[in-house]
Amino acid sequence: MSENDSERLNVAPGEPHDSMMSETVSYVVGLGLALLLTGVSFWVASTSVLWGPGIATGLIVLAIAQMGVHLVFFLHITSGPDNTNNVLALAFGVLIVFLVMIGTIWIMAHMNANMTVSPELMNLQMQH
Amino acid sequence: MTAGIEAPMVGLTHGASEDTGLGQRGPESKSIVVPYGFWLFVLSDMVLFSALFATYATLVHANDGGPTTSQLFHRDLVAVETIALLLSSFVCGLAMITAKRANMIWTQGWLVLTGLLGLVFLSIELYEFASMVAEGAPPQRSAFLSAFFTLVGCHGLHITCGLLWLGTMMAQIWAKGFQQHILRRLLCFSVFWHALDIIWVAIFTIVYLIGTLS
Repeated sequence: MSENDSERLNVAPGEPHDSMMSETVSYVVGLGLALLLTGVSFWVASTSVLWGPGIATGLIVLAIAQMGVHLVFFLHITSGPDNTNNVLALAFGVLIVFLVMIGTIWIMAHMNANMTVSPELMNLQMQH
Repeated sequence: MTAGIEAPMVGLTHGASEDTGLGQRGPESKSIVVPYGFWLFVLSDMVLFSALFATYATLVHANDGGPTTSQLFHRDLVAVETIALLLSSFVCGLAMITAKRANMIWTQGWLVLTGLLGLVFLSIELYEFASMVAEGAPPQRSAFLSAFFTLVGCHGLHITCGLLWLGTMMAQIWAKGFQQHILRRLLCFSVFWHALDIIWVAIFTIVYLIGTLS
């Protein structure tokens, strides 16, 4: 089998493939969406119209959406069959990232809550 | 195989292809294997950043009576940084499109613009760091500031390395032309540059925007 055939089975991450026009359009669409999501993020963070306690969660959702835009339109990680290896590697990376972040934040928050010193004890320590 | 025959189906198919999924087709070509390996490196880099993010989230309120997030961060500066890095990533993509078509002038032009926008980002970040240290908020002030400078500084260090890499890539394209191995290196660089922008999205959201909520 020649090299040409095997290249049609897989694509490298980040590699645009198609005509010049459609490649450029893909980047322009990606830029537009990313700018839009960034703008919405900054607006959400500074407005007082929205329900306060939900803003942090909303910002994280917007950030994840923007990461998705970057992955699809800039890095060309798609659900196509030629992209299976890239997507599998990404899925494993995302799994580890979430385990590390959520696991750490969860455990450390509980440790903080359970190890808070009571006011009386704090006073005893202060007197020494 | 001749060009007239259709490409075999993908995956574990036995139909039109001889691919049994057991590697009988032989290894992939270098143009697939090299960027895939680099993709794995980039993902492991993201795992590294996730540890720094977790550290930051744990220590963000441990300011030891010193300055807090909302006293230190300026959203307008961060907005300019974000736009600069996003445009840099976009222009890097345009450089890839022209490089594939071996257009020297446009490729070098887009790459110069990529580097300049990266420099804008980096200068604003260094200015921010310098003014924080001048305001009495150096890394050794509190656990929060140590975590902040480690996380954001690590990203800045990546950008610095990326700019050096960009310079060498421009020199290589200029000296050696659009050879296959040079294009592979350029593709790896663009993956690296786009990935840094993805990490910046997490930084400006988690550190700056959430840190300055009223």
